[in-house]
Amino acid sequence: MALNTLEFEVKTPDAAVAVAKPVHFGVVGSGDLEVLMSPLASGGAVKVKVVTPVTGFDALWQRVLEAFVGSAKLRDVSIEINDNNATPAVVTLRLRQALAEAAA
Amino acid sequence: MKTQRTWDTLAADTAERMAAADKFIGKGKRVEAKDVVGLLEAVIRPGDRVNIEGNNQKQADFLAECLLKVDKSKVHDLHMVQSAVPLAAHLDLFEQGIAKKLDFAFGGPQAGRVAKFIREGKLELGAIHTYLELFGRYFLDLTPKVSLICAYEADREGNLYTGFNTEDTPVIVEATKFRQGIVIAQVNKIVDKLPRIDIPSGWIDAVVESPKPFFIEPLFTRDPALITDNQILLAMLALKGIYAEYSVSSMNHGIGFLTSAIELMLPTYGEELKLKGKCCTHMILNPHPTMIPAIEEGWVDTIHCFGGELGMEKYVAARPDVFFIGPDGTLRSNRAFAQTAGHYAVDMFIGGTLQIDPYGNSSTATANRVAGFGGAPNMGCDPKGRRHSTEAWLKCGQELPSMYEQIGQMQRGKRLVVQGVETFGEGREPAFVEELDALKLAKNAGLELPPVMIYGDDVTHIITEEGIAYLSRCGSMETRMAAIRAVAGYTEIGLKAKPEETRRLRDAKIVMTPEDLGVDRDRASRDLLAAKSMKDLVTWSGGLYEPPARFRNW
Repeated sequence: MALNTLEFEVKTPDAAVAVAKPVHFGVVGSGDLEVLMSPLASGGAVKVKVVTPVTGFDALWQRVLEAFVGSAKLRDVSIEINDNNATPAVVTLRLRQALAEAAA
Repeated sequence: MKTQRTWDTLAADTAERMAAADKFIGKGKRVEAKDVVGLLEAVIRPGDRVNIEGNNQKQADFLAECLLKVDKSKVHDLHMVQSAVPLAAHLDLFEQGIAKKLDFAFGGPQAGRVAKFIREGKLELGAIHTYLELFGRYFLDLTPKVSLICAYEADREGNLYTGFNTEDTPVIVEATKFRQGIVIAQVNKIVDKLPRIDIPSGWIDAVVESPKPFFIEPLFTRDPALITDNQILLAMLALKGIYAEYSVSSMNHGIGFLTSAIELMLPTYGEELKLKGKCCTHMILNPHPTMIPAIEEGWVDTIHCFGGELGMEKYVAARPDVFFIGPDGTLRSNRAFAQTAGHYAVDMFIGGTLQIDPYGNSSTATANRVAGFGGAPNMGCDPKGRRHSTEAWLKCGQELPSMYEQIGQMQRGKRLVVQGVETFGEGREPAFVEELDALKLAKNAGLELPPVMIYGDDVTHIITEEGIAYLSRCGSMETRMAAIRAVAGYTEIGLKAKPEETRRLRDAKIVMTPEDLGVDRDRASRDLLAAKSMKDLVTWSGGLYEPPARFRNW
């Protein structure tokens, strides 16, 4: 299965939340994904790398990531996602769960 | 002057056919398996309306195979009237010209062939019905002349035991026999004494012991191990935002993973919400294995079943306070009665769908499959003939702002019809679409009517991971469409939602997000399932549940 790598950089105007420590959440099961989050000084931006077997959903990833970063008011974070056909709902759920773990 | 007229042509016709079949029928109406093709050629005439009992759980498969072997010069152009066509043989009949027209309710695995044959002119479609609608027409204008039915056992006189999976048998036999038609039964076994008599021998014309037991599939078994966290989130929203909100005591659950998750979360999250004794006390369901923990914990008063479920026989028999059990100690299911209860008596239908349009119409139809919806539309609608009230039904009706426009200053309730979907389904296909594939299907297959499973005016609630749209609280199409957009996530429909409009809908409690409802997304994990695997279900049942081999993974 050929994997594709997508890279995004998301900035939200009222960003305030950074993660204190690196965190790993989830497993790359079918329809699921794993999230690695770590602090990254990047002038307020959130840098995301997605490795996924599916193509053609770049715009959807962009929307999901923008909405997540916006609602969490996230800044200066590196996010790596290893995806196996997760739906946007699962992506959002795992991102929120990873962030909750990083904040804990 | 009054002209002479005979009034018993139906009976005379049947007598003539049965006389031709006499040589095949022995003592106790018994027919040898090798003689069945001859029997069918004797009693079936071209153009006859014929029913092959096709259910979810009980198939007259041997008789269907025999019908395929008839001499086509003697038997052809039949009009098949039957609720389901799940077997390859059901469609092979059309391929070979033995059958010509089909009136049915559910296509299942043959749905692709139904569509293809319509396009190729091999199959003339009458209509895609709901179960009750088709059963109704059995007694009106679609009465079968010959019915080929299925039972577990017959005795030496030809009485039948339909047992755990009674399903459609009574309604088919009653319609056929009392219109002087012919009923032929296949059974797994002929015995000296039946556990109980479900169909009396007087209503049966011939019985054959099938060379092998009828085909049966565990359609209602959902492995808890496959339930996802997101389905658990939707289940939490359903329990808190709908079950608790409306005190829903009676319902039908669809067969998807969302409702399995709800069933498995009654003893955990449901208990926490103090819903026991208030919700899910009366249910119309097949014996879903995922109901076992809730039943064991004392949630359920009554369950009536459409049919059975493989592996649940002993468990159900051991819980006669909950299920409908015959004097012999085994389950009595009956699709016509369960559908009647599901249509008129329950407060809520909750299930999934594949697509929802911007108005709230929903359908599982895809562009190239004529699948039908079985019983979902009977239960997933507001029964206009309902006249008894319950708390949930009244509350839902009171909420409806458009009620005054319909009936003025008058009180009326409304059935809760809940569609639970993830905004993107398998293969990231959006669940919210501008136009249902049902419209493409109608065009492709030349249908008069796009097959809509549940019409928008019947859907009262849509649950997604974004929250719940309370369509029952929408006073206009404009508000309803805005509420649907607000829960449609990142789909093209969802992207049209305006934040300020969604804010207003949330303030009016027409849209409620998980946060508005106090549902903690971080708790949406499999820890909330009372059983996490098939083995857990067996343990909960005290070893009474015997899962089919394919579900035994330990």
